[in-house]
Amino acid sequence: MMPDLGKYAGTVLSAYGAAIVLLVVLVAVTLWHGAKVKRQLAEIEGRVAKGA
Amino acid sequence: MIALLQRDLRLALRAGGGFGLGLAFFLMVAVLVPLGVGPEGALLSRIAPGILWVGALLACLLSLDRMFALDFEDGALDLMAVSPLPLEGVVAMKALAHWLVTGLPLVVISPVLGLLLSLSAGGYVWLLASLMLGTPALSLIGGFGAALTVGLKRGGLILSLIVLPMYVPTLIFGAEAVRRGALGAEALVPLLLLAAISLGSAAILPFAAAAALRANLK
Amino acid sequence: MSIWEYANPKKFMQTSSWALPWVSGLGVILLAVGLVWGFFFTPEDYKQGSTVKIIYLHVPSAMMAVSAWFMMLAGSLIWLIRRHHVSALAAKAAAPVGLTFTVIGLVTGAIWGQPMWGTWWAWDPRLTSFLILGLFYLGYIALWAAVEDADTAADLTSVLCIVGSVFAFLSRYAVLFWNQGLHQGASLSVDSEQHVSDIYAFPLWTCIAGFVVLFVTLVLLRTRTEIRSRRMKALMARERAGA
Repeated sequence: MMPDLGKYAGTVLSAYGAAIVLLVVLVAVTLWHGAKVKRQLAEIEGRVAKGA
Repeated sequence: MIALLQRDLRLALRAGGGFGLGLAFFLMVAVLVPLGVGPEGALLSRIAPGILWVGALLACLLSLDRMFALDFEDGALDLMAVSPLPLEGVVAMKALAHWLVTGLPLVVISPVLGLLLSLSAGGYVWLLASLMLGTPALSLIGGFGAALTVGLKRGGLILSLIVLPMYVPTLIFGAEAVRRGALGAEALVPLLLLAAISLGSAAILPFAAAAALRANLK
Repeated sequence: MSIWEYANPKKFMQTSSWALPWVSGLGVILLAVGLVWGFFFTPEDYKQGSTVKIIYLHVPSAMMAVSAWFMMLAGSLIWLIRRHHVSALAAKAAAPVGLTFTVIGLVTGAIWGQPMWGTWWAWDPRLTSFLILGLFYLGYIALWAAVEDADTAADLTSVLCIVGSVFAFLSRYAVLFWNQGLHQGASLSVDSEQHVSDIYAFPLWTCIAGFVVLFVTLVLLRTRTEIRSRRMKALMARERAGA
């Protein structure tokens, strides 16, 4: 399944690993922060609607 | 405008104005680096152009946050903004004041520091020329950074973060000019590019800085 | 019906809402196809061995890191000229994405460089300019974070982006001057497309496209968050004022 990466296996895998980790973290933080703000906004809009 | 210049010069030169701070720092760098890398003359003379330029650059950075901060805090900047004097002119005069008080003294003392760093004989002329032509750029670019960060607490740190990357071309051409001059090679090209940066900065940065000040004064 | 319609936050939210599933889906497909193809189904390079496969991450992320800055520049100009909040917020949103791509480019480049050049880092013009770009990103992000008033922050960061672009551009040439291309021969830039034969080029272009779409997806998501955040702050301020 894994291609024979030869003597550079460590190099290639660590490069892919590092890049993928960074991308995953970026996407995760984006989605998590987005969800958090969406929730907070909904809360405050609920309060405003009730108060008004 | 001249009155503004004189006022800023007077403020900087009197006690508590911070005059001499940049100079002292520049001197410190020239003393600390040999202590850090070892006294070997050959090594020092190879890195002297770079150390002198980096030292000058950092020394300029020290007094940048004062450029607009005091006037901003006591409301004088608001008055300047609504006065008939264009804000771009205010910026230019403040940058000029900064250069006269910080940049120019660095130029004057640089040969002495070159001596401490074993700068080769051929390099001195180029050191003076490059600092003379390049320190105005440092004051102008620094002024732009100061205008951006004038309202901020801890503005000094973020000022450095913003200004130092913008100092890179000036640093490169300045140090290259001295390095090539010290080796006796053709050094006019970097020197001219340095002059171009200073001129270009003088032409556009007062406008950019004024825009930043207006945003901060709103 | 012009593009300026989307400058309206409500319209932007509506449009991005239905567009997102398609855009993100496309991005996932392109990236998956490109990376799998490149990683598993391309041969080794006779000079570089299997490390050539790093190109599928290194080149697209580096290209996007630079493109992201251009997008921020455009957003900054539109904000200063037409005062559309969406464009200022989009620029703000794009910056961390661009910074991450810069880091990915630097890290993958360093890891690739180790066996190829014998060193993790070299002050090669390309690497150096790229590192400086990363510093510009940091300054921009820091300024957004430091200024309290959102509109003032938008103004200041826009001016910084514009002036910064000039200096970043200047730096590129200064750095070339400073180091007359030590590694030019080995530089694996997209300029040297002639070195990249078709076997590698197709998955590479797929990955590049994937990264572009990934960038668009992330910026859409983050801009939506910024718009919501801005609305939330406005409501909170009103609440505080009312109470």
